[in-house]
Formats: sequence, structure tokens, C-alpha cells
Amino acid sequence: MSDFVSNAWALYVAIITVVSILACAVLLKSMSTQRSKGGEREVDTTGHVWDGDLTEWNNPLPAWWMWLFYLTIVFGLAYLVLYPGLGAYQGWLGWSSGAQYEQERADAALAYKPIFDRYARQDVTTVAADPDARQIGQRLFLGNCAQCHGSDAGGSRGFPSLRDRDWLYGGEPEAIRTSIAEGRTGTMPPMAKAVGGSEDVKDVAHYVLRLAGRTSDNLRAHRGKAKFEATCAACHGANGKGNQQLGAPNLTDDVWLHGGSEAAIMETINRGRSGAMPAHKAFLDADKIHLLTAYVLGLSAEKK
Amino acid sequence: MNQPAAKPNLTSVSNEVETALYEVRKKIYPRAVRGWFASWRVTFVILTQAIYYGLPWLAWNGRQAVLFDLGARKFYIFGWVFWPQDFIFLTTLLVISALALFLFTAVAGRLFCGYACPQTVYTEIFMWIERWVEGDRVQRMRLDKQGAGARKIGLKALKHGLWIALALWTGFTFVGYFTPVHTLLGEVATFSLGPWETFWVLFYGLATYGNAGWMREQVCKHMCPYARFQSVMFDPDTLVITYDANRGEPRGARARSADAAAKGLGDCVSCDICVQVCPTGIDIRDGLQYECIGCGACIDGCNQVMDKMGYQRGLIRYSSENAMKRGDARPISARSLVRPRIAIYGTLVGLLCLVLVGGLYLRSPLKVDVIRDRGTLVRDTADGRVENVYRLQIMNTDERARRFLVSVSGLPQLEIVADQPVRVAGAMTQAAVVAVRADPALVAAGSHPIVFRIEDADDAAVATSEKSTFLVR
Repeated sequence: MSDFVSNAWALYVAIITVVSILACAVLLKSMSTQRSKGGEREVDTTGHVWDGDLTEWNNPLPAWWMWLFYLTIVFGLAYLVLYPGLGAYQGWLGWSSGAQYEQERADAALAYKPIFDRYARQDVTTVAADPDARQIGQRLFLGNCAQCHGSDAGGSRGFPSLRDRDWLYGGEPEAIRTSIAEGRTGTMPPMAKAVGGSEDVKDVAHYVLRLAGRTSDNLRAHRGKAKFEATCAACHGANGKGNQQLGAPNLTDDVWLHGGSEAAIMETINRGRSGAMPAHKAFLDADKIHLLTAYVLGLSAEKK
Repeated sequence: MNQPAAKPNLTSVSNEVETALYEVRKKIYPRAVRGWFASWRVTFVILTQAIYYGLPWLAWNGRQAVLFDLGARKFYIFGWVFWPQDFIFLTTLLVISALALFLFTAVAGRLFCGYACPQTVYTEIFMWIERWVEGDRVQRMRLDKQGAGARKIGLKALKHGLWIALALWTGFTFVGYFTPVHTLLGEVATFSLGPWETFWVLFYGLATYGNAGWMREQVCKHMCPYARFQSVMFDPDTLVITYDANRGEPRGARARSADAAAKGLGDCVSCDICVQVCPTGIDIRDGLQYECIGCGACIDGCNQVMDKMGYQRGLIRYSSENAMKRGDARPISARSLVRPRIAIYGTLVGLLCLVLVGGLYLRSPLKVDVIRDRGTLVRDTADGRVENVYRLQIMNTDERARRFLVSVSGLPQLEIVADQPVRVAGAMTQAAVVAVRADPALVAAGSHPIVFRIEDADDAAVATSEKSTFLVR
């Protein structure tokens, strides 16, 4: 009843409800017989006469039918005592839809527990090889992860592919589990000022292109190398292999989170990038995260 | 509402009467009857109940032949497994049933009510039991008038015991269509029936016991909607159970040897057999009434009397308003069948039956839903192409596992990336994730229609095509 300002409204609704129900009983009582004038009649009519001679044949319902109507009134009153319905009164049984939902969730968890328990006792690599576990994992993935990483886990711009062998935060089972449960926040600050002018940014971009083995301008890459080692190496490492502790991507494997063209790389350096993977431990319990970890591990194991 | 001008003799206050709009039901004691229509009813009772009670025990493909698995949303009917997606077949079946009901009603009134309606069928079975335990009409009426004695209590207990046993078996059979009946029998034997199964066995059993034992004609008179709207499907050529008043009146009792013509009497001997056999307690001689369920008991009863009297049969018979006007004495005439409404209902029923049979024959065990990835519309591959991702929900309604191949067409040089073939277990659904790649140099930016083709790797006849879109940036 939070939509109403005053508690008096709850009382108002309750009174209307009760009065309406009682009025139904009175109406039933009054409509079960019909008083009419005209004395005893040859045929049983209701006594109404229209247009001088038009009468209505009385076709009485069985009496138990009327008692059914009274029964609905009794049912209604009993319901209002037992369940919420009368204003703000919560009902004698204390039932609520929220509690029922929680109960059903708990029942379901109990029913499925043996399935999850079986996998929870196995290590991630074993689960990853189990076809049934992969089926469950795929459904969990499609329901929880595919929105960003894609149904095929191939990722998209800004969302890493989980199918390749390139890992931002590590591809060991524990690292994957942590990524899912705790989430990750990856931030690259805008580096344009630190690198220098726009020409310097272009130089660094060409060096990065060369690190990845893409076609690059030799002179620019050469000039960019010094700036990279002075500025970018702090996170990406002097050799550009990245740092999984920080989530700094490996720049030498030609796998791109935000695009691998000259323009995309310059955009990255100029404006920085940030990515966030939300923590899932609030939505998924440990057993489900276990299965998802195995599924994600299995995805990259497919591509050898 | 126009109030009529008060008449002088109606104004007096002492004249006022109170009319009850509800009344206590008068119990009906239908008398047993034999004859053509009664035999048909027995045949129909046995036929429908042999199917109802027997069907759950039939096995097919190592499972129950007819099983509606609500939990798994799979409906097994012999060789078919229907999914909720097949709802159109149920719809067609229901439309056929409704139109067939209209057709039969237009031709010969309430044929369904008299012979196939569960209310009639179970009432009939319950009355057989009642007659076997308590005797026919007169004995039953005498028994009910008696005070409670050991014999009466014994007979009543036996009757209700048998009724309840049959009702519970009916409820058990009903649930047997939803829970495998052998499992259910085991659960009953070990008292481990689930709460919902218990509820439905008892509920359906109680409904059978109440409707067929206690309610009987009241269901037809006060609850059944068909009883109320069937009259709009009647016309002057509809065959209805008719008392031939021209022949019967003036009615009157007479000795078998008496000359009715000399006494000025019609053929009706006022024996009231037609009233005594009526399960809804009406007098057919008053003409067509909404209570009449068209069971033909009065025809059988009257014909027996006519035979005994040596009169021609058919004083009460199937006839129509027009046939009566023509003075046509035949119980059924072909002439009444040639009417526009019969032709229209008949054509529609025939066409829809063809559609249903054809639909079932052509029904593919493969259904596919293509769901485009919404989170990622387009992405670039390392080799400079554009890629879209799709989720194919492949449903195999067959009971054996199948392997499916997925291909795509609609744009030049489309490439599909998928784990092929996709294996789908029997009567299961499987999500297959596929990526489709195109060269942006060959395809303009924007949205393009593409078509997925999914076919069985081992049986090319099982194939389907589904449309989707491909986006290029």
C-alpha cells in the first residue's frame, strides 16, 4: 500500500470490500423469492406482466445452486482472513509472493543439488572435458555471458573473445574463476600528452603495429620504439607482451580488443580505454561459476 | 419496462403471492428400456469407455502410447511427439470438433448428448450399477420411501461403494494420461502418490461420482452451455424426437381388444412409459423441450407398447417440423439432408479434416528458431571480413537422435563457421551457435536477408529453411 499516502486508504478499501461482499449476500437473499400480485396462477410464472398479457415463465434453479452462491461468499470471507487482500492486512497465514518465490528457488536448488555436487567435486579440467557439463555450461553461458561476449564467445569490440589463447588476466582455471566471480576493471588512461604531439602518437601506433607483425612505417616505428619503452612499457612491458597482473594486453599477438588499425590504435592512445566485467558472484553460486569456468576453459582448449 | 394498467382484480393486497425462484430437485427414477436406440447407446458407452480406460495401458516404441507429459511439454500420441509449437494441430482438431457438432446438431439434434457425452455415458454406467443393486424404477422408488433398515442401508452402501470404486478408477485413469500409468499404479500400491496426483485422482473421481451419481440431468439442464445454444442450430428440417400428435390424440387408456376408432381415441394409450424412461423427467408429448437430450429412450419405450398393442411403431419417432407438416410418417427422410447449412458445415468439416491429415502427414520432425545475437550486431574478423553470430535452436521432435548440417545463402561468398554436424538427441532441443562471415567489399553496408538451411545429414528429406538478417557496417 506504499502508493497511498495515508493508512486511511487501506481502511477505506477494506470497508468497501467487506460491505460489497455482505451486499451480495443480501442481494442473493432478496432475489431468491419474488413477491407479486395476482393470486394463484394456473401456470407457474414470476408474476411479471408486460404489455398487458406478456408473462415470464418461472424456471426455478435447483436450491443447491443458490447454496453454491452462498458458498462463494463464505469462500471469499475465508480467503480474506487467510490471505492478504483486505486493505493492508497481511493475512493469517502470512503468505507473500516473495516468500513463495524464495521457497520455490530453494526447492529447485535442492532438486538440482546432486547434479552440481557431482561436478563441484571434480577439478575444472575434468569438468571441462565432460560433455554433459559442457551442455550445462553452454546454457549458463548463453544466459549470463553471451550478451557481451557473444553466443559463440567470440567477443566483440571492447569485449574479449574467450575462444582464442590470448588472456588479459590469465587463462588458468583460478584466474578465469576470479574473473567471473569478482569481475575485472581494465583501464588505460589517455596517453597523448605523455607521448607528445599527434605525430608522436602516430609513431607509437606504428611501433605497436610492428610489434603485432602488421605492416608499419619503418621510420615511424623506429621513432615510436623509444617513446613506447619510456611510456607504455610500464604496463605493457618493454617487449610489449603485456602484464596479466594488471590486465594490460599483449600487443604482440595480433589479437585486438579495440581494433588493430592505425586509426583505432591512435584512438586508444589519445583517449584511453576502459572495460569492466561485472562480478557474478551475486547472481551465480559457486557451483555454477565452477561449471562456467570449465566451459570457458574448454572453449579455448578446442582451438589448438 | 411498461407497467400494464392495473386491473381491478389484481390490486387487492390479500392477493399477493410469493414465488420461489429456487426449488428442491425432484429425484428422477428412469425406467430401464430396450430397443434400437438403447442398443446404440450401450455400444457407444462400451466403445468410448474401452478407449478411455484402455488407452493409457497401450505401449508404443517402448513407452506409453498416449501420454501428455506436462512437465516436459511433450505430448506423445502413438508415433507422434507433439510440442507446444504444434498447437495448431490441437486448434484444428477443436475447430473440426465444433463444426462436426454443429453439423450433427443441424442434421439430427443432440446426437452427441444422447450417445457420446461423458455426462450421459457415465450416468448410464452408474444407472446400470444402480439397477443391478436396487432394481428398476418401481423397486428404487419403493426403497427410497422405506425407513432406514438393514436391507436399505446395505443396498445403498453397496451402490455407493461400487460408484466410488468406479469413480476412483476413472480418476486414476485420467491422471494416467499425464503420469505414466504403470508408475502411477506402483505409487498407488505403495501409497506414495504425489500431492497433485492425489488431488487430481480424487477431484476427477469426485466429479465423476457427483455428476453421474447425484447431479445427472441437472448438469444438462443447468450447467451445460451446449444445451442452451443448440436450439440456434435447429431448423424446420432438423430431425428431433417428435410425438406424432395427429396420430396419438386424443389419448386414452383402453383394453388391447378395444376398437380405438370406435371409442374416438388416438394411438396414445396414456401408459406414461415415455415419461418413466426419460432420464431428464420430461413428457415428450408436450413437444420439443430444452431438457431433451435426444437419447431416444421414449422412442424405444413407446415402440414396445405399440408392438404389444398391435399398433404401428413410430408414434414417437425422429422427425422434423417440415416432415410433420407434410404428414411424412417415415422416421428419417433423405430429403431433410439436402440443405445449405448441411452442405456448408459438411464442406468445412471435410476440408479441415483434409488439412489436419495433410498437416500431420507433412509434419517435419525438425523445427528451428534462429535468434540473432543482440548484444553484438557486427564484428570484424582478423582477416578484414564482417561476422554476425546466430543462435539456432534446433528441435528434434523425432524419438531418435539426428545429426543436422547447417548452411547459409543469400549473399555472395557467405561463409558459415559452426561445429558440424549438430547432434540432437531424440525428442530434445539443442542450441547451435554459428557465425556467418561476409566480405564487406562484396556486400553493401546495411541489413540483408539471408536464409539458413538445416538438413538431416543422413536423411535429406528432413530439412527446413529459416530466414534471418545479416548486418554489414
